[in-house]
Amino acid sequence: MEKIFRNLAFSSASLVFVILIGIFITLFLASKDSIDEFGLGFIVNPNWNTEISLSNPNANMDMDMDMDDSSASDDMMMLDDEDDMPAEADTMLFDEDVKDTFTEYGGLVPIVGTLLSTIIALVFALPIAMGIAVFLAEIAPKNIAYPIGIAIELLAAIPSIIFGMWGLYYFAPIVADLVGGYQVSLLTAGLVLGVMILPFMAAITRDSMNTTPDVLKESAYAMGATKFEVIKDIIFPYSKVGIIGSIILALGRALGETMAVAFLIGSIFTLPSSITDPTISIPVAMANNFGEAAGLGESSLFYLALILFIISFAIISIAKLYFLRGAK
Amino acid sequence: MRLLINKIVLGLSTLSALIGLGFLAWILITLFIKGLGSFHFSLFLNDLIDGGLRNLIVGQFILAGIAAAIGIPLGMVAGIYLQEYGRSRYAGLIRNLSDIMMSAPSIVIGAFVYAIVVVPSGGTSGFAGAIALSIMMLPIVINTTDNMLSLVPRELREAGIALGASKYRVILDIVIKAAKVGIMTGILLAFARIIGETAPLLFTSETSNYFSLDLSESFPSLTVSIYDLANEPEESSRDLAWAASFILTVLVLTINLTGRYFTRNKKR
Repeated sequence: MEKIFRNLAFSSASLVFVILIGIFITLFLASKDSIDEFGLGFIVNPNWNTEISLSNPNANMDMDMDMDDSSASDDMMMLDDEDDMPAEADTMLFDEDVKDTFTEYGGLVPIVGTLLSTIIALVFALPIAMGIAVFLAEIAPKNIAYPIGIAIELLAAIPSIIFGMWGLYYFAPIVADLVGGYQVSLLTAGLVLGVMILPFMAAITRDSMNTTPDVLKESAYAMGATKFEVIKDIIFPYSKVGIIGSIILALGRALGETMAVAFLIGSIFTLPSSITDPTISIPVAMANNFGEAAGLGESSLFYLALILFIISFAIISIAKLYFLRGAK
Repeated sequence: MRLLINKIVLGLSTLSALIGLGFLAWILITLFIKGLGSFHFSLFLNDLIDGGLRNLIVGQFILAGIAAAIGIPLGMVAGIYLQEYGRSRYAGLIRNLSDIMMSAPSIVIGAFVYAIVVVPSGGTSGFAGAIALSIMMLPIVINTTDNMLSLVPRELREAGIALGASKYRVILDIVIKAAKVGIMTGILLAFARIIGETAPLLFTSETSNYFSLDLSESFPSLTVSIYDLANEPEESSRDLAWAASFILTVLVLTINLTGRYFTRNKKR
Protein backbone atom coordinates (compact mmCIF):
# COMPACT_ATOMS: atom_id res chain seq x y z
CA MET A 1 0.00 0.00 0.00
CA GLU A 2 2.72 2.39 1.04
CA LYS A 3 4.57 1.71 -2.20
CA ILE A 4 1.47 2.17 -4.34
CA PHE A 5 0.70 5.52 -2.72
CA ARG A 6 4.28 6.67 -3.06
CA ASN A 7 4.36 5.80 -6.73
CA LEU A 8 0.99 7.42 -7.31
CA ALA A 9 2.27 10.60 -5.70
CA PHE A 10 5.45 10.47 -7.74
CA SER A 11 3.58 10.05 -11.02
CA SER A 12 1.17 12.88 -10.25
CA ALA A 13 4.07 15.19 -9.58
CA SER A 14 5.81 14.05 -12.75
CA LEU A 15 2.64 14.88 -14.67
CA VAL A 16 3.62 18.56 -14.39
CA PHE A 17 6.88 17.78 -16.11
CA VAL A 18 5.16 15.68 -18.76
CA ILE A 19 2.55 18.36 -19.53
CA LEU A 20 5.14 21.13 -19.87
CA ILE A 21 7.35 19.05 -22.14
CA GLY A 22 4.20 18.00 -23.97
CA ILE A 23 3.23 21.62 -24.58
CA PHE A 24 6.68 22.38 -25.99
CA ILE A 25 6.73 19.36 -28.29
CA THR A 26 3.12 19.78 -29.42
CA LEU A 27 3.50 23.46 -30.20
CA PHE A 28 6.75 22.77 -32.01
CA LEU A 29 5.30 19.97 -34.12
CA ALA A 30 2.14 21.94 -34.90
CA SER A 31 4.16 24.97 -35.99
CA LYS A 32 6.71 22.93 -37.93
CA ASP A 33 5.22 23.74 -41.35
CA SER A 34 5.43 27.43 -40.60
CA ILE A 35 8.94 27.16 -39.12
CA ASP A 36 10.16 25.27 -42.19
CA GLU A 37 8.54 27.81 -44.47
CA PHE A 38 9.50 31.08 -42.80
CA GLY A 39 12.30 30.20 -40.39
CA LEU A 40 13.36 32.76 -37.81
CA GLY A 41 12.61 35.54 -40.30
CA PHE A 42 9.00 35.03 -39.15
CA ILE A 43 9.77 37.13 -36.09
CA VAL A 44 10.71 40.26 -38.06
CA ASN A 45 8.28 39.88 -40.95
CA PRO A 46 5.42 42.41 -40.68
CA ASN A 47 3.13 40.71 -43.23
CA TRP A 48 0.30 38.44 -42.20
CA ASN A 49 -1.80 36.51 -44.67
CA THR A 50 -0.36 38.40 -47.63
CA GLU A 51 -0.14 37.18 -51.22
CA ILE A 52 3.39 37.14 -52.56
CA SER A 53 3.92 36.80 -56.29
CA LEU A 54 6.35 34.15 -57.41
CA SER A 55 5.91 34.76 -61.13
CA ASN A 56 8.65 37.33 -61.04
CA PRO A 57 11.86 35.36 -61.55
CA ASN A 58 13.70 37.74 -59.25
CA ALA A 59 11.21 37.20 -56.46
CA ASN A 60 13.34 34.81 -54.48
CA MET A 61 16.49 36.82 -54.89
CA ASP A 62 14.89 40.16 -54.25
CA MET A 63 12.96 39.57 -51.05
CA ASP A 64 13.38 43.12 -49.82
CA MET A 65 11.62 44.63 -52.78
CA ASP A 66 8.91 42.06 -52.54
CA MET A 67 8.24 42.77 -48.92
CA ASP A 68 7.94 46.48 -49.52
CA ASP A 69 5.36 45.88 -52.20
CA SER A 70 3.32 43.57 -50.12
CA SER A 71 3.29 45.69 -47.00
CA ALA A 72 1.86 48.51 -49.06
CA SER A 73 -0.91 46.31 -50.36
CA ASP A 74 -1.29 44.92 -46.86
CA ASP A 75 -2.09 48.35 -45.50
CA MET A 76 -4.69 48.90 -48.14
CA MET A 77 -6.27 45.57 -47.48
CA MET A 78 -6.59 46.35 -43.79
CA LEU A 79 -8.08 49.76 -44.38
CA ASP A 80 -11.09 48.56 -46.29
CA ASP A 81 -11.22 44.91 -45.59
CA GLU A 82 -14.69 44.31 -46.91
CA ASP A 83 -14.16 45.89 -50.32
CA ASP A 84 -11.11 43.78 -50.82
CA MET A 85 -12.68 40.52 -49.87
CA PRO A 86 -13.97 39.47 -53.30
CA ALA A 87 -10.70 40.45 -54.93
CA GLU A 88 -8.82 38.39 -52.40
CA ALA A 89 -11.05 35.41 -53.00
CA ASP A 90 -10.42 35.75 -56.71
CA THR A 91 -6.68 35.74 -56.33
CA MET A 92 -6.93 32.72 -54.12
CA LEU A 93 -8.80 30.83 -56.79
CA PHE A 94 -6.25 32.05 -59.27
CA ASP A 95 -3.61 30.73 -56.92
CA GLU A 96 -4.72 27.19 -57.07
CA ASP A 97 -4.85 27.24 -60.84
CA VAL A 98 -1.48 28.74 -61.57
CA LYS A 99 0.42 28.42 -58.30
CA ASP A 100 2.58 31.43 -58.91
CA THR A 101 1.83 33.11 -55.60
CA PHE A 102 1.87 31.94 -52.04
CA THR A 103 0.51 33.34 -48.81
CA GLU A 104 3.03 34.79 -46.44
CA TYR A 105 2.79 34.87 -42.66
CA GLY A 106 5.00 36.91 -40.35
CA GLY A 107 4.78 37.48 -36.64
CA LEU A 108 6.22 40.97 -36.20
CA VAL A 109 2.94 42.83 -35.71
CA PRO A 110 1.49 40.62 -32.94
CA ILE A 111 4.89 40.34 -31.25
CA VAL A 112 5.33 44.12 -31.21
CA GLY A 113 1.70 44.56 -30.09
CA THR A 114 2.20 42.12 -27.22
CA LEU A 115 5.40 43.76 -26.02
CA LEU A 116 4.14 47.34 -26.33
CA SER A 117 0.81 46.70 -24.58
CA THR A 118 2.69 44.95 -21.78
CA ILE A 119 5.11 47.86 -21.41
CA ILE A 120 2.25 50.37 -21.26
CA ALA A 121 0.54 48.21 -18.63
CA LEU A 122 3.71 48.08 -16.54
CA VAL A 123 4.39 51.81 -16.76
CA PHE A 124 0.83 52.51 -15.68
CA ALA A 125 0.53 49.86 -12.96
CA LEU A 126 3.97 50.05 -11.38
CA PRO A 127 3.73 53.38 -9.48
CA ILE A 128 0.14 52.76 -8.37
CA ALA A 129 0.93 49.20 -7.25
CA MET A 130 3.94 50.42 -5.26
CA GLY A 131 1.76 53.11 -3.66
CA ILE A 132 -0.90 50.58 -2.70
CA ALA A 133 1.71 48.21 -1.29
CA VAL A 134 3.29 50.96 0.80
CA PHE A 135 -0.14 52.04 2.00
CA LEU A 136 -1.15 48.53 3.02
CA ALA A 137 2.17 47.58 4.58
CA GLU A 138 3.17 50.79 6.32
CA ILE A 139 0.57 53.53 6.45
CA ALA A 140 -2.85 52.05 7.10
CA PRO A 141 -3.66 50.79 10.58
CA LYS A 142 -4.27 47.03 10.68
CA ASN A 143 -8.06 47.25 10.88
CA ILE A 144 -8.18 49.34 7.68
CA ALA A 145 -5.39 47.54 5.84
CA TYR A 146 -7.13 44.17 6.18
CA PRO A 147 -10.41 44.98 4.38
CA ILE A 148 -8.65 47.13 1.77
CA GLY A 149 -6.19 44.32 1.16
CA ILE A 150 -9.09 41.95 0.56
CA ALA A 151 -10.79 44.45 -1.75
CA ILE A 152 -7.60 44.78 -3.82
CA GLU A 153 -7.34 40.99 -4.01
CA LEU A 154 -10.98 40.78 -5.11
CA LEU A 155 -10.09 43.08 -7.98
CA ALA A 156 -7.61 40.38 -9.02
CA ALA A 157 -10.33 37.73 -8.83
CA ILE A 158 -12.64 39.41 -11.35
CA PRO A 159 -12.61 37.37 -14.59
CA SER A 160 -10.57 38.97 -17.35
CA ILE A 161 -13.49 39.02 -19.77
CA ILE A 162 -15.28 41.44 -17.41
CA PHE A 163 -12.27 43.77 -17.56
CA GLY A 164 -12.50 43.61 -21.33
CA MET A 165 -16.18 44.56 -21.52
CA TRP A 166 -15.89 47.28 -18.91
CA GLY A 167 -12.75 48.56 -20.61
CA LEU A 168 -14.36 48.71 -24.04
CA TYR A 169 -17.65 50.34 -23.07
CA TYR A 170 -16.72 52.52 -20.08
CA PHE A 171 -12.98 53.04 -19.74
CA ALA A 172 -11.81 53.41 -23.36
CA PRO A 173 -14.24 56.21 -24.32
CA ILE A 174 -12.94 58.32 -21.43
CA VAL A 175 -9.31 57.65 -22.32
CA ALA A 176 -9.98 58.46 -25.97
CA ASP A 177 -11.68 61.71 -24.96
CA LEU A 178 -8.69 62.69 -22.85
CA VAL A 179 -5.81 61.85 -25.18
CA GLY A 180 -7.52 61.56 -28.55
CA GLY A 181 -7.07 58.71 -30.98
CA TYR A 182 -9.09 55.54 -31.36
CA GLN A 183 -11.08 53.93 -28.58
CA VAL A 184 -9.63 50.56 -29.48
CA SER A 185 -5.90 51.05 -29.40
CA LEU A 186 -2.62 49.95 -27.94
CA LEU A 187 -3.03 52.59 -25.25
CA THR A 188 -6.48 51.59 -23.99
CA ALA A 189 -5.56 47.88 -24.16
CA GLY A 190 -2.37 48.55 -22.22
CA LEU A 191 -4.16 50.61 -19.57
CA VAL A 192 -6.86 48.01 -18.95
CA LEU A 193 -4.12 45.39 -18.79
CA GLY A 194 -2.45 47.64 -16.24
CA VAL A 195 -5.60 47.76 -14.09
CA MET A 196 -5.67 43.95 -14.27
CA ILE A 197 -2.11 43.35 -13.09
CA LEU A 198 -2.27 46.15 -10.52
CA PRO A 199 -3.75 44.10 -7.64
CA PHE A 200 -1.49 41.15 -8.38
CA MET A 201 1.62 43.31 -8.27
CA ALA A 202 0.46 45.20 -5.18
CA ALA A 203 -0.29 41.99 -3.27
CA ILE A 204 3.11 40.39 -3.85
CA THR A 205 4.96 43.64 -3.22
CA ARG A 206 3.09 44.13 0.06
CA ASP A 207 3.95 40.58 1.10
CA SER A 208 7.64 41.08 0.48
CA MET A 209 7.58 44.46 2.25
CA ASN A 210 5.99 42.77 5.24
CA THR A 211 9.03 40.50 5.56
CA THR A 212 11.17 43.46 6.64
CA PRO A 213 12.10 42.83 10.30
CA ASP A 214 10.44 45.29 12.67
CA VAL A 215 13.75 45.76 14.50
CA LEU A 216 15.27 47.42 11.43
CA LYS A 217 12.34 49.78 11.03
CA GLU A 218 12.21 50.63 14.72
CA SER A 219 15.92 51.43 14.82
CA ALA A 220 15.49 53.85 11.95
CA TYR A 221 12.48 55.52 13.55
CA ALA A 222 14.43 55.78 16.79
CA MET A 223 17.08 57.76 14.93
CA GLY A 224 14.47 60.25 13.85
CA ALA A 225 13.78 59.04 10.33
CA THR A 226 10.44 59.95 8.76
CA LYS A 227 8.13 57.27 7.44
CA PHE A 228 9.20 58.03 3.88
CA GLU A 229 12.87 57.68 4.80
CA VAL A 230 12.21 54.35 6.47
CA ILE A 231 10.37 53.15 3.39
CA LYS A 232 13.04 54.43 1.01
CA ASP A 233 16.16 53.47 2.93
CA ILE A 234 15.11 50.41 4.94
CA ILE A 235 12.10 48.65 3.42
CA PHE A 236 12.84 49.07 -0.27
CA PRO A 237 16.45 47.91 -0.10
CA TYR A 238 15.44 45.00 2.13
CA SER A 239 12.60 43.76 -0.07
CA LYS A 240 14.04 44.89 -3.41
CA VAL A 241 14.58 41.40 -4.75
CA GLY A 242 11.04 40.32 -3.96
CA ILE A 243 9.60 43.47 -5.50
CA ILE A 244 11.52 42.99 -8.74
CA GLY A 245 10.33 39.39 -8.77
CA SER A 246 6.72 40.53 -8.42
CA ILE A 247 7.13 42.99 -11.29
CA ILE A 248 8.50 40.28 -13.54
CA LEU A 249 5.71 37.89 -12.58
CA ALA A 250 3.15 40.58 -13.39
CA LEU A 251 4.93 41.10 -16.70
CA GLY A 252 4.60 37.40 -17.49
CA ARG A 253 0.92 37.55 -16.67
CA ALA A 254 0.33 40.62 -18.85
CA LEU A 255 2.09 39.02 -21.82
CA GLY A 256 -0.29 36.08 -21.93
CA GLU A 257 -3.52 37.91 -21.14
CA THR A 258 -6.09 37.30 -23.85
CA MET A 259 -9.64 38.36 -23.15
CA ALA A 260 -9.19 41.85 -21.72
CA VAL A 261 -6.89 42.76 -24.60
CA ALA A 262 -9.10 41.12 -27.23
CA PHE A 263 -11.86 43.66 -26.61
CA LEU A 264 -9.58 46.65 -26.80
CA ILE A 265 -6.61 46.24 -29.08
CA GLY A 266 -8.55 46.45 -32.34
CA SER A 267 -7.33 43.17 -33.82
CA ILE A 268 -5.81 44.36 -37.07
CA PHE A 269 -2.49 43.19 -38.44
CA THR A 270 -0.80 46.55 -38.91
CA LEU A 271 2.11 48.05 -37.08
CA PRO A 272 0.90 50.98 -34.95
CA SER A 273 2.40 54.35 -35.85
CA SER A 274 1.42 55.80 -32.48
CA ILE A 275 0.20 54.32 -29.22
CA THR A 276 -3.35 55.43 -29.94
CA ASP A 277 -3.49 53.21 -33.03
CA PRO A 278 -5.15 49.79 -33.06
CA THR A 279 -2.98 46.70 -33.60
CA ILE A 280 -2.96 43.08 -32.38
CA SER A 281 -1.20 40.89 -29.82
CA ILE A 282 -0.22 37.23 -29.95
CA PRO A 283 -3.00 35.89 -27.68
CA VAL A 284 -5.59 37.99 -29.49
CA ALA A 285 -4.35 36.84 -32.91
CA MET A 286 -4.86 33.30 -31.69
CA ALA A 287 -8.25 33.93 -30.09
CA ASN A 288 -9.71 35.60 -33.18
CA ASN A 289 -8.15 33.62 -36.01
CA PHE A 290 -7.83 30.09 -34.73
CA GLY A 291 -11.33 29.10 -35.77
CA GLU A 292 -10.98 30.00 -39.42
CA ALA A 293 -7.32 29.17 -39.88
CA ALA A 294 -6.12 26.06 -41.65
CA GLY A 295 -2.88 24.81 -43.13
CA LEU A 296 -0.06 27.31 -43.07
CA GLY A 297 -2.21 29.91 -41.31
CA GLU A 298 -2.97 27.59 -38.42
CA SER A 299 0.61 26.46 -38.29
CA SER A 300 1.74 30.10 -38.09
CA LEU A 301 -0.64 30.70 -35.19
CA PHE A 302 0.96 27.76 -33.40
CA TYR A 303 4.34 29.31 -34.19
CA LEU A 304 3.14 32.49 -32.46
CA ALA A 305 1.93 30.41 -29.51
CA LEU A 306 5.34 28.76 -29.30
CA ILE A 307 7.07 32.16 -29.29
CA LEU A 308 4.72 33.43 -26.58
CA PHE A 309 5.24 30.30 -24.50
CA ILE A 310 9.02 30.55 -24.74
CA ILE A 311 8.99 34.26 -23.83
CA SER A 312 6.74 33.78 -20.82
CA PHE A 313 8.59 30.62 -19.75
CA ALA A 314 11.88 32.50 -19.83
CA ILE A 315 10.50 35.52 -17.96
CA ILE A 316 8.83 33.50 -15.24
CA SER A 317 11.90 31.28 -14.84
CA ILE A 318 14.06 34.34 -14.29
CA ALA A 319 11.61 35.73 -11.74
CA LYS A 320 11.33 32.43 -9.89
CA LEU A 321 14.89 31.22 -9.97
CA TYR A 322 16.71 34.47 -9.50
CA PHE A 323 14.50 36.89 -7.63
CA LEU A 324 11.98 34.88 -5.67
CA ARG A 325 14.25 32.03 -4.64
CA GLY A 326 14.32 33.17 -1.04
CA ALA A 327 10.55 33.54 -0.92
CA LYS A 328 9.98 29.94 0.10
CA MET B 1 11.48 69.90 4.13
CA ARG B 2 11.93 66.27 5.10
CA LEU B 3 8.56 66.34 6.75
CA LEU B 4 6.99 67.91 3.69
CA ILE B 5 8.39 65.22 1.37
CA ASN B 6 7.20 62.65 3.84
CA LYS B 7 3.68 64.06 3.76
CA ILE B 8 3.62 64.22 -0.05
CA VAL B 9 4.78 60.64 -0.46
CA LEU B 10 2.36 59.30 2.11
CA GLY B 11 -0.39 61.27 0.43
CA LEU B 12 0.47 59.84 -2.98
CA SER B 13 0.53 56.36 -1.53
CA THR B 14 -2.90 56.78 0.02
CA LEU B 15 -4.10 58.24 -3.25
CA SER B 16 -2.97 55.16 -5.17
CA ALA B 17 -4.84 52.92 -2.73
CA LEU B 18 -7.91 55.04 -3.44
CA ILE B 19 -7.30 54.68 -7.20
CA GLY B 20 -7.15 50.90 -6.81
CA LEU B 21 -10.37 50.86 -4.80
CA GLY B 22 -11.88 53.29 -7.29
CA PHE B 23 -11.30 50.86 -10.16
CA LEU B 24 -12.88 48.01 -8.19
CA ALA B 25 -15.87 50.18 -7.33
CA TRP B 26 -16.19 51.45 -10.91
CA ILE B 27 -16.22 47.94 -12.35
CA LEU B 28 -18.63 46.58 -9.74
CA ILE B 29 -21.01 49.53 -10.05
CA THR B 30 -20.98 49.23 -13.85
CA LEU B 31 -21.78 45.54 -13.51
CA PHE B 32 -24.57 46.19 -11.05
CA ILE B 33 -26.22 48.89 -13.12
CA LYS B 34 -25.85 47.23 -16.52
CA GLY B 35 -26.25 43.69 -15.20
CA LEU B 36 -29.23 44.26 -12.93
CA GLY B 37 -30.85 46.38 -15.63
CA SER B 38 -31.09 43.36 -17.92
CA PHE B 39 -31.35 40.76 -15.18
CA HIS B 40 -34.48 38.70 -14.95
CA PHE B 41 -35.20 35.43 -13.22
CA SER B 42 -36.36 33.94 -16.51
CA LEU B 43 -32.68 34.00 -17.51
CA PHE B 44 -32.26 30.97 -15.25
CA LEU B 45 -35.14 29.12 -16.89
CA ASN B 46 -34.46 29.57 -20.59
CA ASP B 47 -31.53 28.49 -22.75
CA LEU B 48 -29.52 30.89 -24.85
CA ILE B 49 -31.52 30.05 -27.94
CA ASP B 50 -34.61 31.46 -26.17
CA GLY B 51 -32.76 34.46 -24.79
CA GLY B 52 -31.83 32.90 -21.43
CA LEU B 53 -28.64 31.72 -19.81
CA ARG B 54 -29.61 28.43 -18.17
CA ASN B 55 -27.63 26.13 -20.47
CA LEU B 56 -24.55 28.35 -20.23
CA ILE B 57 -24.50 28.48 -16.43
CA VAL B 58 -25.04 24.72 -16.12
CA GLY B 59 -22.44 24.12 -18.82
CA GLN B 60 -19.83 26.31 -17.17
CA PHE B 61 -20.36 24.53 -13.84
CA ILE B 62 -20.05 21.11 -15.50
CA LEU B 63 -16.83 22.10 -17.30
CA ALA B 64 -15.26 23.56 -14.15
CA GLY B 65 -16.62 20.68 -12.05
CA ILE B 66 -15.03 18.01 -14.24
CA ALA B 67 -11.82 20.02 -14.34
CA ALA B 68 -11.88 20.13 -10.53
CA ALA B 69 -12.61 16.39 -10.32
CA ILE B 70 -9.46 15.76 -12.37
CA GLY B 71 -7.26 18.56 -11.09
CA ILE B 72 -7.91 18.41 -7.33
CA PRO B 73 -6.95 14.77 -6.59
CA LEU B 74 -3.96 14.84 -8.95
CA GLY B 75 -2.81 18.19 -7.63
CA MET B 76 -3.19 17.19 -3.99
CA VAL B 77 -1.33 13.93 -4.42
CA ALA B 78 1.42 15.72 -6.35
CA GLY B 79 1.61 18.37 -3.62
CA ILE B 80 1.90 15.59 -1.03
CA TYR B 81 4.77 14.11 -2.99
CA LEU B 82 6.64 17.42 -3.05
CA GLN B 83 6.23 18.04 0.66
CA GLU B 84 6.31 14.54 2.17
CA TYR B 85 8.39 12.37 -0.11
CA GLY B 86 10.44 14.58 -2.34
CA ARG B 87 13.63 15.76 -0.73
CA SER B 88 15.51 15.36 -3.97
CA ARG B 89 16.46 17.95 -6.55
CA TYR B 90 13.74 16.41 -8.70
CA ALA B 91 11.06 17.66 -6.30
CA GLY B 92 12.62 21.12 -6.41
CA LEU B 93 12.51 21.04 -10.19
CA ILE B 94 8.86 19.98 -10.22
CA ARG B 95 8.01 22.72 -7.73
CA ASN B 96 9.58 25.35 -9.98
CA LEU B 97 7.98 23.92 -13.12
CA SER B 98 4.60 23.90 -11.43
CA ASP B 99 5.01 27.57 -10.54
CA ILE B 100 5.94 28.32 -14.13
CA MET B 101 2.95 26.35 -15.38
CA MET B 102 0.69 28.38 -13.08
CA SER B 103 1.69 31.53 -14.94
CA ALA B 104 1.67 30.01 -18.43
CA PRO B 105 -0.57 31.94 -20.86
CA SER B 106 -4.00 30.33 -20.72
CA ILE B 107 -4.51 30.68 -24.47
CA VAL B 108 -1.40 28.58 -25.07
CA ILE B 109 -2.91 25.83 -22.92
CA GLY B 110 -6.01 26.13 -25.08
CA ALA B 111 -3.89 25.71 -28.22
CA PHE B 112 -2.13 22.71 -26.67
CA VAL B 113 -5.40 20.96 -25.88
CA TYR B 114 -6.68 21.88 -29.33
CA ALA B 115 -3.70 20.08 -30.88
CA ILE B 116 -3.79 16.96 -28.69
CA VAL B 117 -7.55 16.51 -28.11
CA VAL B 118 -9.65 18.54 -30.54
CA VAL B 119 -7.76 17.71 -33.74
CA PRO B 120 -7.47 13.93 -33.14
CA SER B 121 -11.09 13.64 -31.94
CA GLY B 122 -12.37 15.60 -34.93
CA GLY B 123 -14.03 18.57 -33.24
CA THR B 124 -14.54 20.75 -30.22
CA SER B 125 -15.99 19.00 -27.20
CA GLY B 126 -16.85 19.44 -23.54
CA PHE B 127 -14.11 16.96 -22.69
CA ALA B 128 -11.48 19.09 -24.37
CA GLY B 129 -12.68 22.18 -22.49
CA ALA B 130 -12.65 20.36 -19.15
CA ILE B 131 -9.14 19.02 -19.82
CA ALA B 132 -7.88 22.52 -20.64
CA LEU B 133 -9.34 23.86 -17.39
CA SER B 134 -7.91 20.96 -15.37
CA ILE B 135 -4.44 21.75 -16.75
CA MET B 136 -4.98 25.32 -15.54
CA MET B 137 -6.09 24.11 -12.13
CA LEU B 138 -3.44 21.46 -11.48
CA PRO B 139 -0.48 23.73 -10.64
CA ILE B 140 -2.62 25.95 -8.39
CA VAL B 141 -3.74 22.95 -6.32
CA ILE B 142 -0.16 21.61 -6.19
CA ASN B 143 1.12 24.96 -4.97
CA THR B 144 -1.59 25.28 -2.29
CA THR B 145 -1.18 21.72 -0.99
CA ASP B 146 2.59 22.07 -0.95
CA ASN B 147 2.45 25.34 1.01
CA MET B 148 -0.22 24.23 3.46
CA LEU B 149 1.46 20.91 4.25
CA SER B 150 4.70 22.75 4.95
CA LEU B 151 2.91 24.54 7.81
CA VAL B 152 2.01 21.29 9.58
CA PRO B 153 4.36 20.82 12.53
CA ARG B 154 6.90 18.05 12.24
CA GLU B 155 5.99 16.71 15.69
CA LEU B 156 2.56 15.64 14.44
CA ARG B 157 4.15 13.43 11.82
CA GLU B 158 6.66 12.02 14.29
CA ALA B 159 3.91 11.24 16.76
CA GLY B 160 2.04 9.31 14.09
CA ILE B 161 5.09 7.35 13.05
CA ALA B 162 5.90 6.62 16.70
CA LEU B 163 2.47 5.04 17.09
CA GLY B 164 3.45 2.61 14.38
CA ALA B 165 1.36 4.06 11.54
CA SER B 166 2.75 3.67 8.05
CA LYS B 167 3.81 6.83 6.29
CA TYR B 168 0.86 7.08 3.92
CA ARG B 169 -1.55 6.56 6.85
CA VAL B 170 0.16 9.38 8.71
CA ILE B 171 -0.17 11.62 5.66
CA LEU B 172 -3.80 10.83 4.93
CA ASP B 173 -5.08 10.64 8.53
CA ILE B 174 -2.97 13.24 10.30
CA VAL B 175 -1.14 15.65 8.03
CA ILE B 176 -3.95 16.26 5.56
CA LYS B 177 -6.47 16.71 8.37
CA ALA B 178 -4.25 19.28 10.03
CA ALA B 179 -3.92 21.24 6.81
CA LYS B 180 -7.54 20.74 5.71
CA VAL B 181 -8.82 24.28 6.05
CA GLY B 182 -5.91 25.86 4.21
CA ILE B 183 -6.10 23.37 1.38
CA MET B 184 -9.86 23.82 1.04
CA THR B 185 -9.44 27.58 0.82
CA GLY B 186 -6.81 27.20 -1.86
CA ILE B 187 -9.03 24.84 -3.81
CA LEU B 188 -12.00 27.20 -3.61
CA LEU B 189 -9.84 30.07 -4.88
CA ALA B 190 -8.56 27.85 -7.68
CA PHE B 191 -12.13 26.90 -8.59
CA ALA B 192 -13.16 30.56 -8.58
CA ARG B 193 -10.32 31.28 -10.95
CA ILE B 194 -11.01 28.56 -13.52
CA ILE B 195 -14.77 29.06 -13.59
CA GLY B 196 -14.15 32.57 -14.92
CA GLU B 197 -11.65 31.47 -17.59
CA THR B 198 -12.44 32.14 -21.23
CA ALA B 199 -9.26 31.83 -23.25
CA PRO B 200 -8.60 28.09 -22.75
CA LEU B 201 -12.20 27.30 -23.75
CA LEU B 202 -12.35 29.35 -26.96
CA PHE B 203 -11.25 26.56 -29.24
CA THR B 204 -11.64 23.54 -27.00
CA SER B 205 -15.25 23.47 -25.79
CA GLU B 206 -16.41 26.50 -27.78
CA THR B 207 -19.99 27.17 -26.75
CA SER B 208 -23.49 26.15 -27.70
CA ASN B 209 -26.89 27.80 -27.79
CA TYR B 210 -28.64 24.68 -26.57
CA PHE B 211 -28.82 22.78 -23.33
CA SER B 212 -26.39 19.89 -23.48
CA LEU B 213 -25.02 17.21 -21.20
CA ASP B 214 -23.14 15.47 -24.01
CA LEU B 215 -19.46 16.07 -23.43
CA SER B 216 -18.43 14.79 -26.85
CA GLU B 217 -19.97 17.81 -28.60
CA SER B 218 -19.38 21.55 -28.47
CA PHE B 219 -20.40 22.48 -24.95
CA PRO B 220 -22.26 25.55 -23.63
CA SER B 221 -19.88 27.90 -21.84
CA LEU B 222 -20.93 31.09 -20.08
CA THR B 223 -17.64 32.91 -20.58
CA VAL B 224 -17.23 32.07 -24.28
CA SER B 225 -20.82 33.13 -24.89
CA ILE B 226 -20.24 36.44 -23.08
CA TYR B 227 -17.40 37.09 -25.52
CA ASP B 228 -19.58 36.21 -28.52
CA LEU B 229 -22.58 38.21 -27.29
CA ALA B 230 -20.53 41.28 -26.38
CA ASN B 231 -19.17 41.42 -29.92
CA GLU B 232 -22.56 41.29 -31.57
CA PRO B 233 -24.00 44.54 -32.86
CA GLU B 234 -27.53 44.18 -31.39
CA GLU B 235 -28.20 46.00 -28.16
CA SER B 236 -30.19 43.03 -26.82
CA SER B 237 -27.21 40.67 -27.17
CA ARG B 238 -24.98 43.05 -25.33
CA ASP B 239 -27.54 43.47 -22.55
CA LEU B 240 -27.60 39.70 -22.19
CA ALA B 241 -23.79 39.71 -22.05
CA TRP B 242 -23.92 42.23 -19.21
CA ALA B 243 -26.46 40.15 -17.31
CA ALA B 244 -24.26 37.08 -17.81
CA SER B 245 -21.17 39.01 -16.67
CA PHE B 246 -23.03 40.13 -13.58
CA ILE B 247 -23.99 36.56 -12.70
CA LEU B 248 -20.46 35.32 -13.39
CA THR B 249 -18.85 37.99 -11.23
CA VAL B 250 -21.25 37.46 -8.33
CA LEU B 251 -20.51 33.74 -8.57
CA VAL B 252 -16.74 34.14 -8.68
CA LEU B 253 -16.59 36.71 -5.88
CA THR B 254 -18.93 34.63 -3.69
CA ILE B 255 -16.77 31.53 -4.05
CA ASN B 256 -13.68 33.63 -3.44
CA LEU B 257 -15.06 35.27 -0.30
CA THR B 258 -16.34 31.93 1.03
CA GLY B 259 -12.82 30.57 0.74
CA ARG B 260 -11.37 33.56 2.58
CA TYR B 261 -14.01 33.33 5.29
CA PHE B 262 -12.81 29.80 6.18
CA THR B 263 -9.20 30.85 6.66
CA ARG B 264 -10.19 33.89 8.63
CA ASN B 265 -12.10 31.77 11.11
CA LYS B 266 -9.19 29.41 11.36
CA LYS B 267 -6.74 32.16 12.14
CA ARG B 268 -8.72 33.46 15.08
